[in-house]
Amino acid sequence: MLRTMLLSAVALTAFLGIASHSSAQEATTLKENVWKFEGMAGYVDKQSAQRGFQVYKQVCSACHSMNLVAYRNLSKIGFTEAEINALAGEKQVPDFDDKGQPIQRPGKASDHFVPPYPNEEASRAANNGAYPPDLSLIIKARKGGPDYVYSLLTGFATAPANESAVAGKYYNPYFAGHWISMPPPLSDNVVTYQDGTPATVDQMARDVVTFLQWAGEPEMEQRHEMGIKVLLFLIVMTGFFYVAKKRVWKSLEKK
Amino acid sequence: MQQNSSCASGKPCSVKEWIEFRLPIFKLIDGAVGSYPAPRNLNYWWNFGSLAGLCLVAQILTGVFLAMHYTPNAAMAFNSVEHIMRDVNYGWLMRYMHAVGASMFFAVVYIHIFRGLYYGSYKYPRELLWWLGIAILLLMMATAFMGYVLPWGQMSFWGATVITNFFSAIPVVGEHVLVWLRGDYAVGNATLNRFFALHYLLPFIIVGVVILHIWALHQHGSNNPLGIDVKGPQDTVPFNPYYTIKDMLGIAVFLVLFSYLVFFQPNLLGDPDNYIPANSMVTPAEIVPEWYFLPFYAILRSVPDIGIPGFFTLVSAKLAGVLLMFTSILLLLFLPWLDNSKVRSARFRPIYKWVFWLLVIDCLTLGYAGGHAADWGVIFVFKTKFIPDLTVARLATFYYFLHFFVLVPWIARNEKPLPLPESIATAVLKDA
Repeated sequence: MLRTMLLSAVALTAFLGIASHSSAQEATTLKENVWKFEGMAGYVDKQSAQRGFQVYKQVCSACHSMNLVAYRNLSKIGFTEAEINALAGEKQVPDFDDKGQPIQRPGKASDHFVPPYPNEEASRAANNGAYPPDLSLIIKARKGGPDYVYSLLTGFATAPANESAVAGKYYNPYFAGHWISMPPPLSDNVVTYQDGTPATVDQMARDVVTFLQWAGEPEMEQRHEMGIKVLLFLIVMTGFFYVAKKRVWKSLEKK
Repeated sequence: MQQNSSCASGKPCSVKEWIEFRLPIFKLIDGAVGSYPAPRNLNYWWNFGSLAGLCLVAQILTGVFLAMHYTPNAAMAFNSVEHIMRDVNYGWLMRYMHAVGASMFFAVVYIHIFRGLYYGSYKYPRELLWWLGIAILLLMMATAFMGYVLPWGQMSFWGATVITNFFSAIPVVGEHVLVWLRGDYAVGNATLNRFFALHYLLPFIIVGVVILHIWALHQHGSNNPLGIDVKGPQDTVPFNPYYTIKDMLGIAVFLVLFSYLVFFQPNLLGDPDNYIPANSMVTPAEIVPEWYFLPFYAILRSVPDIGIPGFFTLVSAKLAGVLLMFTSILLLLFLPWLDNSKVRSARFRPIYKWVFWLLVIDCLTLGYAGGHAADWGVIFVFKTKFIPDLTVARLATFYYFLHFFVLVPWIARNEKPLPLPESIATAVLKDA
């Protein structure tokens, strides 16, 4: 029994090691951070997420869509219904009137975030052929997740001498190929935080990563909460079945 | 159960007797998991069959609920999955249970298979049982492959492109088969729609084969760690309560691991690229299948063109790789005859025991290599271009076939096994 458990543990470690290993090695090691949303007790810092939304709205949304997030979802990070209606109302949304004619109407809470461009072609045309990706799932869609996005946002630098410049692009060692079409989006105080927090590049990067993490996994806190309860129950149940199994099998020794 | 019981000709009887008289379901259940005699010495490696059954049921249940909200159209599939994750009540739970459950299903089945390899469960009289198991594995692989395409992420699309491309390797008719399979000249909406239909269908075929698998098992009963036949009731215990409770313990331990992954690390075994919507114009830097396909992926990519470089190619690398990959599974069908040693369990086969563990290491190595680029892990570069570089994947592939076609047959015919115990009961009593 012990041997089985030991071998299973070895097999499991090997399996998880192989399974979670990715083939691509990062050329540049990502900046490591301790995020409040990581780990079994991870949670979304609502204040940080709200500041992150402000960064998205005032800086990123000029080029990046977030088509999977609806304005009503913002209540989960602490926005009131009035604030959400106001935010949605700022934007115009294509719709049809009662006669079936295309119109533009103010956004509602049930609308998804209004994208900066109507389609990919328009986006590319406005961005020198590059397509700023949708950010709804960006944290889950990149190896390294939050650390990658944080490193990218804070990693713009002057190119070293041995890397020849690429026209129209900017040097960032964290981006595959090192040359990214996005100009450095963050600089100190490009946004004035409503809660008075100093808007350093580092602070804004952290806040926007927290916001994007929430946007990509809005169910996370509920998932963690349920998970703790489920695991505790199952561990107790396992203990119960272990004792029961031992008792049932004990009766065999007398035969 | 007497035929002339009070139930006959409408005389009063209990609800149970009324049902049993018309459909002897209780006798069936008792015969299968109640008083059914099982060897008394089974260890925990025998839990993995019931775990596999649990995984199958879990996948079907979560899958059906997902299918209520999923749209199998290329323009809407990715967003429908996100709709499930964000808007459907507990949709995220269904989705993560299904994705993690697929990995768990393969983990459990691979361990179940290796148990069979170690204890000789494929030998007489269980050869057909073994074949049904291989059929289940193949159906699982087809189901998992098609299921992974459904979210229509980058890996979904490109994995579908790479794997369906295999069929063009068939001589003469290959290209036509490829278009027929895909439903179009390239992987697209036609492919997605039919993969959804088949992904829904195949699990129920798996259920049918599992029923045959269990039926075949019950003909001669389970094998056991000693590999010797049951000689009488002193060698067995009734399935209930001994193995019902033991299986429940196994299930509980499994559920702890499963729940940890679902609730705290749901994307650990997945690829981030699949959270990018499919784009036929952008190829991912590495096209990698899910972990449970990595060993086969390594075998597939390890084969070079067969022929003389620069002069002629007898068999293209693509065709050779596909053939070798399928052979790596199909050779298992012949195992009862490749390994015709009369001794079943590796406990009494000192040479085979070590060779078995070498196979395990080899399979893990193949899996590791499969997750890297095709030219990774070069061990030796030959000076002549007529011999391809020796890589880890190529060595591991070679060893895999060496194991089954050379080592196992030789050991079976030349090994001196240890003396077997008289019976299960005497062995168990000795240990007690």
